[in-house]
Amino acid sequence: MKDIIVSLMLWAGAAFTLLGALGTLRMPDLYTRLQASTKAGTLGVTCIMVAAAIHFMELAVAVRALLVVAFLFLTAPVAAHIIARAAHYIRVPLWERNVIDELGDTRRKPLSPSSPPEPGVPGHGPGSTRG
Amino acid sequence: MSEFGATMLGWTLPAVMAILALATAMAVFRLVRGPTLPDHVVALDLIGTIVAGIVAIHAIRTAQPVYIYASLVLGLVLFLGTVAIGYYLERKVTR
Repeated sequence: MKDIIVSLMLWAGAAFTLLGALGTLRMPDLYTRLQASTKAGTLGVTCIMVAAAIHFMELAVAVRALLVVAFLFLTAPVAAHIIARAAHYIRVPLWERNVIDELGDTRRKPLSPSSPPEPGVPGHGPGSTRG
Repeated sequence: MSEFGATMLGWTLPAVMAILALATAMAVFRLVRGPTLPDHVVALDLIGTIVAGIVAIHAIRTAQPVYIYASLVLGLVLFLGTVAIGYYLERKVTR
């Protein structure tokens, strides 16, 4: 029974990971690729880690495996956010059929610091999020 | 029932390994293809995540739970690398 559960979790993890890799391969621009790789890849490895935790049936191993899961859940969104923001700053092009770009006003302005920020959009000038 | 489970796990492990290898190949294609620098970073991040899963499956296959530590360290190093590259890109632009 335990082996069957472990097998099913492994299949689920493999399926999610494969979908994430497929999305990374086939999606049209960086941001959608980031979406696929972060979410599906994290969920796939989570399923595999849970399978390992169930398989070994030890508290120490389960804690380690779930620590990997917790760490992935903490770091994957942060890493994806940082990469997406940096990519937006260096003007990685969006998909041509993209509908809305809420950070678009920071993209189209020149990057020289002498240009004043748009009135009405405080804190959205180039370099203002530098901190 | 337990024999069926053991047999199922016996052929599941190599099959899942093969699927993860295929996923790694797709990510490597994206890593080579690019076209921008963040694309390479995303592909490398995905490859590292998949390798963490492969290491966990290897731990199940060899019945050596020590390998789980490798997954943990891999996740840590990947996160640090991604954050470093992200800050490098932002500094390069906003300076």
